[in-house]
Amino acid sequence: MISLGPGERAALGREGERAYPNECCGVLLGGIDDSGGKAVESLLPINNKGAPEEQYHRFAITSEDYLAAEKEARRQNRDILGFYHSHPDHPAVPSAFDKDNALPFYSYVIVSVENGKAGVIRSWELTADRGEFKEEEILWR
Amino acid sequence: MAVTILVPTALRSFTERKSEITVEGATAGEAIKALAEAYPDLKVHLYQEDSGEPGELRSFINVFVEETNIKNLQGLDTPVAAGGTIMLVPAIAGGV
Ligand SMILES: [Zn+2]
Repeated sequence: MISLGPGERAALGREGERAYPNECCGVLLGGIDDSGGKAVESLLPINNKGAPEEQYHRFAITSEDYLAAEKEARRQNRDILGFYHSHPDHPAVPSAFDKDNALPFYSYVIVSVENGKAGVIRSWELTADRGEFKEEEILWR
Repeated sequence: MAVTILVPTALRSFTERKSEITVEGATAGEAIKALAEAYPDLKVHLYQEDSGEPGELRSFINVFVEETNIKNLQGLDTPVAAGGTIMLVPAIAGGV
């Protein structure tokens, strides 16, 4: 279970629409409760470092970006809970490429952007054996 | 030669929740191999081959020796000083 507030919902849509027809990406910062539930408290947008001609269907966050995000998380007294990206003109369902590049534990929030308009937002988690992405329930605060 | 490996949050469920692990190794590659031997459940996430001998690391695992990405050094052959620190840092990618 992951919870997101109205501010995050608006920001996800805004970021997805701004990047369209390319993909946007960023980091989810927040806290984890004792039962493993995640509460997103802020988003950290990251400049898509994928090759410019591939950004319509790819995003990349470098290790250097990750380290900077971790530093920012510490500054905010938060943790990195996962990542978000947009699917321009595709449903908010992880691709095979998403799965090949995913790590367990993190939430992968995907916002679908159809014809430049942000729509469905869904969240996914990779199983510990890398076998599959399982949908994670989003609680809208 | 003992070196310390810092494990990212995402992989700590495979290292008994430990964030720092001390292993023996003279290079980044040797140290990571020792880590994978000590915590075999890590292998599938660290190495491209899902089973068998450790080989190439997955593209989303980057290795920093003393804060420098080994891509800019000698890769997995990068030497690590005794008491040195290795960081495993995820790179995140995906798409449609
Ligand atoms: Zn995707």
